[in-house]
Amino acid sequence: MGIELLAGRILAPFFGSSVHIWGSIITVFMLSLSLGYLLGGKLSTKSASLTRYGFIFILASITILPVVTSSQWLMEAIFLTIEDSRYGSLLASTVLFFIPTVILGMLSPYSVRLLVTNSNESGQVAGKLYFVSTLGSALGTIITSFYFVMWFEINTIIVSFSLILGSLGLLAVVVDKISLNSLSTATKSTCDV
Amino acid sequence: MFSHNTFNFTLITTLGFLLLISLLSQPVSAKVVHKERSLYRNILIEDKGDLRCLKFNVKSSKTQQSCFLKSQPERLYFNYTKLLLSSLLINPNPEKILIIGLGGGTMSNTLHQLLPDSQIDNIEIDNSVIKVAREYFKFFENDHIKAISQDGRVFVKRALLKKQQYDWIILDAFNGDYIPEHLMTKEFLEEIKNLLTPQGVLTANTFSVSKLYDYESATYKDVFGDFYQVRNLKNSNRVILAMNPQHNVHNADISAITKANVKALEKPLKQFGVDIQLLVESMSSTKNAEDWPRNTPVLTDQFAPANLLNMK
Repeated sequence: MGIELLAGRILAPFFGSSVHIWGSIITVFMLSLSLGYLLGGKLSTKSASLTRYGFIFILASITILPVVTSSQWLMEAIFLTIEDSRYGSLLASTVLFFIPTVILGMLSPYSVRLLVTNSNESGQVAGKLYFVSTLGSALGTIITSFYFVMWFEINTIIVSFSLILGSLGLLAVVVDKISLNSLSTATKSTCDV
Repeated sequence: MFSHNTFNFTLITTLGFLLLISLLSQPVSAKVVHKERSLYRNILIEDKGDLRCLKFNVKSSKTQQSCFLKSQPERLYFNYTKLLLSSLLINPNPEKILIIGLGGGTMSNTLHQLLPDSQIDNIEIDNSVIKVAREYFKFFENDHIKAISQDGRVFVKRALLKKQQYDWIILDAFNGDYIPEHLMTKEFLEEIKNLLTPQGVLTANTFSVSKLYDYESATYKDVFGDFYQVRNLKNSNRVILAMNPQHNVHNADISAITKANVKALEKPLKQFGVDIQLLVESMSSTKNAEDWPRNTPVLTDQFAPANLLNMK
């Protein structure tokens, strides 16, 4: 949500702040989230692990970076080829935000897969997950729009989001490694006894 | 008998007089003539006697966008619109004029009467505002005057691509409640600068209070170098006059240039209720008076919290 909010800012210099800009942004985010949910669910059926989960985070953190590095010339090229700012903004938000948002969308169903241990509590786990992720979205929206835009440049905010995602991913991978190691040591010691 | 009559007469005249006074002194109540909800805002047209105003919000008085006297539509009602005309002191014969932010369209009407051969392009993001201006504020279009419903930033970028140029750009897109932040950044002003002819002038209706004043001033200075400010006595408005850096006003004596134009403008401007002498006196260059902290950050597309800075 923090990124979605900044998307309006990023597109404005080329496509303005007419109502259809927000239409473009929200459409692209909704569409890519829905696809992400589908893909994430599919992916979670095959050998789900915390390491893979971590890699999704890392992938998201990498794919968001072109917004910082290449958005200017991308938007310029789109601005030059498409005169209608409705379709210009739709294409621009697709190019910039589609892939990272699909990947971020994959996280929700994958989290459900990792957290659910029996079908009885699956509803509760999913409920908690929706709670956390939607609350996080709300906080991301308000903090970004009320304060971050006053304290930092847009690029700084996006790079920070990317760094946070990346380190969460790394953390997941590392935790998985450690628990696997201790598990195997544990098995080994049991065998020794 | 006679005295009784006189008494009655006096009584009646007195009562009549009192009645008349009470009628006259009664505050003329505002009447809403038109109300609509556009894609961007609430639009309200209010009549108060002879005065008709366009408002974008109901409760606050600072959201009056445009007003005119129905009996004298050519007279500029708002002080700041008069201040905007100070640009003519520097460039008295602009052939191509761009107005960003239409309001009631009164500026466009006035300029057409003043400069009938000039081409005027009005840019307004909200199509409903254009309709209302036509219907309620006598805003008119002809071969010389166009109104285009588009975002100002997008129009400027497209105009640059088409290699268009303007002698006078009027930026009047900010109201008291909301600032389109992408129209107040360094990058936008650079684009405006490239859209100006070498002798062109940008006139911007801007803010005189709130924290935004410093940021905005620093941004204009960064793009245009020293600029001129025109303020009214109440200091409720400030108009920025920024010239293309190639403009000869930067090397010449400004008072000589304005003096030459005052004479020619005095009479034509008077019919619009503008005192040109007063405008000359209210003009000052930032060269002599830079009244904001030197280290004030510049607003950019990356950093543009104009609305947050405008809160007091």
